[in-house]
Amino acid sequence: MTKRATSWDRRKRRPPVVLVILAVLGLSVFVIPLLGLLARTPWSDLPTLLTSDVVLDALRVSVVASLGATAISAILGIPLAWVLARVEFPGRAIVRGLVVLPLVLPPVVGGAALLFALGRRGLIGEPLNEMTGLVLPFSMWGVIIAATFVAMPFLVITVEGGLRNLDPRYEGAAATLGAGRWTVLWRVTLPMIGSSLAAGLALTWARALGEFGATITFAGNLQGRTQSLPLAVYVAMESDRGAAVALSLIMVVISLTVLIVLRHRWWGAL
Amino acid sequence: MVGGAVNHSTGLDAHLVVSRGEAFTLDVSLSIPAGHTVALLGPNGAGKSTVVAAIAGLLPLDEGCITLDGRTLDDPAGDVLVPAEDRSIGVVFQDYVLFPQMTVVENVEFGLRSRRVPRRSAHEQAMRWLDRIGLGDLADRRPNDLSGGQAQRIAVARALITEPDLLLLDEPLAALDATTRVDLRRTLADHLDQFAGPRMVITHDPTEAFLLADEIHVIEDGVITQVGTPDDIRLRPRTPYIADLAGSNLVLGTASAGIVTTDTQHLHIADTHISGPVLAAIHPRAIIIDRHQPDGSPRNTWEATVTRIEHYGDRVRLQTGDPLPLTAEITPDALSDLQIVEGSVVWISIKATEISVEKD
Repeated sequence: MTKRATSWDRRKRRPPVVLVILAVLGLSVFVIPLLGLLARTPWSDLPTLLTSDVVLDALRVSVVASLGATAISAILGIPLAWVLARVEFPGRAIVRGLVVLPLVLPPVVGGAALLFALGRRGLIGEPLNEMTGLVLPFSMWGVIIAATFVAMPFLVITVEGGLRNLDPRYEGAAATLGAGRWTVLWRVTLPMIGSSLAAGLALTWARALGEFGATITFAGNLQGRTQSLPLAVYVAMESDRGAAVALSLIMVVISLTVLIVLRHRWWGAL
Repeated sequence: MVGGAVNHSTGLDAHLVVSRGEAFTLDVSLSIPAGHTVALLGPNGAGKSTVVAAIAGLLPLDEGCITLDGRTLDDPAGDVLVPAEDRSIGVVFQDYVLFPQMTVVENVEFGLRSRRVPRRSAHEQAMRWLDRIGLGDLADRRPNDLSGGQAQRIAVARALITEPDLLLLDEPLAALDATTRVDLRRTLADHLDQFAGPRMVITHDPTEAFLLADEIHVIEDGVITQVGTPDDIRLRPRTPYIADLAGSNLVLGTASAGIVTTDTQHLHIADTHISGPVLAAIHPRAIIIDRHQPDGSPRNTWEATVTRIEHYGDRVRLQTGDPLPLTAEITPDALSDLQIVEGSVVWISIKATEISVEKD
């Protein structure tokens, strides 16, 4: 008796074996560390660990700093993306290079540069301190600025890409219907690049949440003030492995949740 | 016209000069009185959309001047440039460009809301417009869920609701399939008739231009090559392009059982199902000219006098007289072989399959 071919067999050719093996290896690069984390999780101590001061302080710093950095990136980054996409000016290529520089720059270098510029003796930090008494490094503002520095490029390049892909005739049509530039921006441009904007915000926020190097260099590692989740994990690895695992789990859960909630917009735009 | 006095108190006067690099320069003069429809007819890449963008205010002129109802909208020499949002020009864009993130009614009320009309009142007016064009029950749909014909009527409503001073239609029928196009051409003609200001239709389709416009401007490579009434353009084309594209013979008649009857002639056609008023198109090259009565398959043959002979390079156009005046195209060799001169009597034959017929 001949075996009846299933529709799967007949419609799809079997993918090449080598490709499948490499793909599975590729996936394991992401999955194995997660399994390691789960294997080391002290499940019974978890409630105590998760409510410890170190963890709660770090969670608060991370949430405030990452959301703050995302908000600042949106307020400053969307106009920057618009200018890069729509205004022709000499040196635009250089400006675009400067914007993406933090993507390739080691974050520690970024943190050092921020310190030289905004530190108490820095280029801008010193006059700022003399005039207003404000001290940016080693404060919550320092954490937010460090995170903005490394994360805002994601927003700018994603939104700029969205603007470039938008058919300019939509904005033109709105203008002929009597819409001024602000109306066009609010009612046509931004809604039409909504998925790029959402993807940009998600990427920016995720990058800000994971920020380590620039933060520790510019804002330090003070529990309750500037110690974010990644910094707390780093410290706990030396002293309390259980706490390090608990902190790491929090970050995995937060990141996964955001990915799942935003998945439609996310995949739609990338 | 640059810097000159404006004679029309109402209507559009425009001299448009726009350079796109070294390769292409648009240089076009147009004048459309209120209540008149001008068609800008030309091939793709001739600069038609540049004309729309310049008049609508989406592309500044390099030279020239645009005046609408006596008001200067763009004048580089006088340093005047009124932005698009202050021009009051209704534009129906190619492919309609409805806002995909808004509902149909939000699209229609957009122009009113942009002009600070209160939300309630704008919504009511938009609903009245939609009801008038019979699309009231689509108010809450998204543009992506609409057919091409529905999208076109909504784009027209969106442009007209703000009561603009000029109506610009860029290829209003090109995105539609053949059957919808015939229906909507009539609806569009009604809209144009009801609009009091100057109207302009941009198209690459000669039939559209002939049926919608009072006057046709033919544009090729950025310049106007001929201006005239639809009959002028059809009967006396001045360039090979116009002769080729716009020179088709259009015959109005009534179809029944495979025959189109005009005032003076019966034409056999291939389509035996079509009936009622029709528009029959016969390409000049599909008309066979002979000195003697032809035998063979052509179903339509008759005798006529050659009234006019015009040469276009490697082609010759003959105008024939009664019973059904037509334009035929032959080669110069054929002309000399057949020894045809103005006044010669010739036999005309047309295969039924060469006559394309659509409902009028």
